[in-house]
Amino acid sequence: MSEQITVTVNGDTVSARPAANTLLSAFLREELGLTGAHVGCDTSQCGACVVLVDGKSVKSCTMLARQADGASLTTIEGLAGDGGELHPMQEAFRDNHGLQCGFCTPGMVLSAVDLVSRNPDPSEGEVRRWLEGNICRCTGYHNIVKSIRAAAKVMRA
Amino acid sequence: MYDFNYHRPASAADAAAARKAAADGVYLAGGMTLLPTLKQRLARSSDVVDLAATGLTGISRDGGAITIGAMSTHDSVATSSEVQSAIPALGILAGGIGDPQVRNRGTIGGSIANADPAADYPAAVLGLNATVHTDRRAIGADDFFTGMFETALGDGELITKVTFPVPAAAAYAKFANPASRYAIVGVMVAKTDGGIRVAVTGAAGNAFRATAMEQVLAGDFSAAVLDGISVDADYNSDIHASAEYRRHLVGVMAKRAVREIA
Repeated sequence: MSEQITVTVNGDTVSARPAANTLLSAFLREELGLTGAHVGCDTSQCGACVVLVDGKSVKSCTMLARQADGASLTTIEGLAGDGGELHPMQEAFRDNHGLQCGFCTPGMVLSAVDLVSRNPDPSEGEVRRWLEGNICRCTGYHNIVKSIRAAAKVMRA
Repeated sequence: MYDFNYHRPASAADAAAARKAAADGVYLAGGMTLLPTLKQRLARSSDVVDLAATGLTGISRDGGAITIGAMSTHDSVATSSEVQSAIPALGILAGGIGDPQVRNRGTIGGSIANADPAADYPAAVLGLNATVHTDRRAIGADDFFTGMFETALGDGELITKVTFPVPAAAAYAKFANPASRYAIVGVMVAKTDGGIRVAVTGAAGNAFRATAMEQVLAGDFSAAVLDGISVDADYNSDIHASAEYRRHLVGVMAKRAVREIA
């Protein structure tokens, strides 16, 4: 049997025994039922599977579940408050029509949270450069960038 | 991905022991190349030895050199105040690797050990005349990169840290693949204690020094002096760029880097 890992997922402590070759994306989706991390390309390119690992955005399709032992993970399911109130980044995506089909949105939102945690007032260029690893097949980048800058404004207020 | 035994040793010595005990072991640093390779079944290992808990991190300045632990992520190098103040070109290079998520996981030791012909770090190691420290010895930059995905590392030899002497000035210019941000051609130019160094990545099987450029720049450090200098190498030719185009880009990127310094 695989060794046990203990991770904090959206504030809850979780112990599990994933196989050595289980990806973090599969662990979250199939073992924990957290399907917000979308597997778009499964080749580290599209960013739909982004989650926060100790606050930093990571492509969960390119990390083993075992590598997360001891880490604190935040998925899109854990971003809203306990009472269901949306995180300012989620609220801004809604207000600015920052999504079309929505498939890339969890990754976009979590990647953006990482950006704003380092750079509270990113320029449009900085947002666009940061989104290098997040692909929107609907090509809805304009409103995504607008959403992130709007959220940053709320978050630094 | 085929199954394997996963190890997470708590020290470099334990990692080397685990690797040695394995039938066909491999070290896992950030995993940004290894994991996609395993997923696509382009490689298969009996044992994966994760270096995350070995403590090979940390960036420090000691007199005239910056030392970077092998497990330091690209993001930690790019955002290090020590690196930014001593060798800004190195921070800029690290901050231009892949995308933010790659930079949050990928490591300097992993990148150098993998020696991808299009990786950025080899240009820094070679251009800045770094020393690669392993669990067995210290390897000079000029001896490290030996071929496409080939290095001077022996079987199971583990990179522990990389030491970069602080140059008088340095600049890195990269013509990046627009999708992957890998270097189609990247050139690091540095004024070092040992003279002008010009290192090229992306263009050939492994990073190399453009000695023809170094010689003329030593006499007159200006972009204009590079006009008409054609650097001979065994250039790569692929879907991204022809050999002829890469040869041309070496000149263009070298001039950009020189202009930034001059």
